[in-house]
Amino acid sequence: MNAFIALVARDIRIALRQLSDTLMVIVFFIIAAALFPLGVGPEPNLLARMAPGILWVTALLAAMLSFDRLFQNDYEDGTLELLVIAPQPVWLTALAKIAAHWLTTGLPLLVASPVIGIMLNLRPDGYGVLMATMALGTAIISLVGALGAALTLGSRRSGVLLSLLVLPLVIPVLIFGAGAVEAVIGGFPATQQLLVLGGVLLACVVVCPWGCAVALRMAAE
Amino acid sequence: MEGFTGTGLACIRSDRVVFAGLDFAVSPGDALVLSGPNGSGKSSLLRLMAGIAAPAAGEINWLGRPVRDDPERFFAAIHYVGHRDAVKPALTVRENLSFHAALRRGEAQIDAALDQVGLSALADLPARLLSAGQTRRLTLARILATPAPLWLLDEPTIALDYRSVDRIKSAIADHRAGGGIVVASTNVPLGIDDAKTVDMAAFAEDNRTLWGDTVDEFPAGDSA
Repeated sequence: MNAFIALVARDIRIALRQLSDTLMVIVFFIIAAALFPLGVGPEPNLLARMAPGILWVTALLAAMLSFDRLFQNDYEDGTLELLVIAPQPVWLTALAKIAAHWLTTGLPLLVASPVIGIMLNLRPDGYGVLMATMALGTAIISLVGALGAALTLGSRRSGVLLSLLVLPLVIPVLIFGAGAVEAVIGGFPATQQLLVLGGVLLACVVVCPWGCAVALRMAAE
Repeated sequence: MEGFTGTGLACIRSDRVVFAGLDFAVSPGDALVLSGPNGSGKSSLLRLMAGIAAPAAGEINWLGRPVRDDPERFFAAIHYVGHRDAVKPALTVRENLSFHAALRRGEAQIDAALDQVGLSALADLPARLLSAGQTRRLTLARILATPAPLWLLDEPTIALDYRSVDRIKSAIADHRAGGGIVVASTNVPLGIDDAKTVDMAAFAEDNRTLWGDTVDEFPAGDSA
């Protein structure tokens, strides 16, 4: 447990010291979302109709930018070898890396999303469910993305490969995340969508750290 | 046998047999030096010993039991220093060492370890400001910060000045006096002349000559 906390603390500390890397993801999120009113026109009703979808797609693409460096630095400087032979299970190490990734990427995306919601004229009753689905969704994205990052570790052009691998896997998150927001705006309950997202999150918490551990061992070898 | 042993070890890297049929045995208080020309498998053997890679054949035993039966027990007993330093440039010297100490078991003595490698005065400096030799000393401080009976060192003296080499020599001597085991690949004498030596060239495929001449004719300090 000591090692878990030390790893999370170290990754957060590095993220804060290299703040430009962390902010890049958020700035991309804001800029990409700001392109839509410019592209489709500033008609408020049209934007309000599209807001949940735009928010989810841009958040997803922004998160993709952050995964290529998740394990890459540790892989290159030899830290990964030491993490693999540390006297604690590798899945716990992977879970610590994922937790730190969510805190430094998922959480800022979550905080930025209502601001973009205002910009896109999202209906007021949509914010609560937006935050709830974003909280679940960003955690799922961190877990699945980490698995992709571990699997593509050491390959050439791993950033592109990673997106090709991860984006299809997180389609359910997009469908149920955006669907939940649209349902609430349309006057329907979003319980079903939230339950599905919660279920996917639980499955990912079980499967992804374990898969990461296997992939990291192979990469270190 | 007690201690650290390996029997019939083979290592295959991208379809090439690096070495095969390699045996070794080290008892507590002893040291093993791996020698051989570049590419003879010194680093590969150390990675097998550390459990980073799995041997293609053979078995490694720690205290008489196969390592693969209980890897975590073995991992708790080793310190591995590879040829990469695992130092984060954004963190300070002390933060780097504290992080690595937190990964290991046993009580961490950060300040004593920094003092021993002569980095106390630089403890709060970002590690990116360190020179290559100082970075290597920070890496070596890792093995002094937490106790572990087995040290696996891959070219520990690379980039070090002679005073630092002396410090490493005395640290190795102290470790062995306390019943510890050291396995090191090196081309620089580490003051462990009584150590057993494994000449890696002897275990290469078909004992082929990896280099035209004998190892002694090459300058010290090359890395495998």
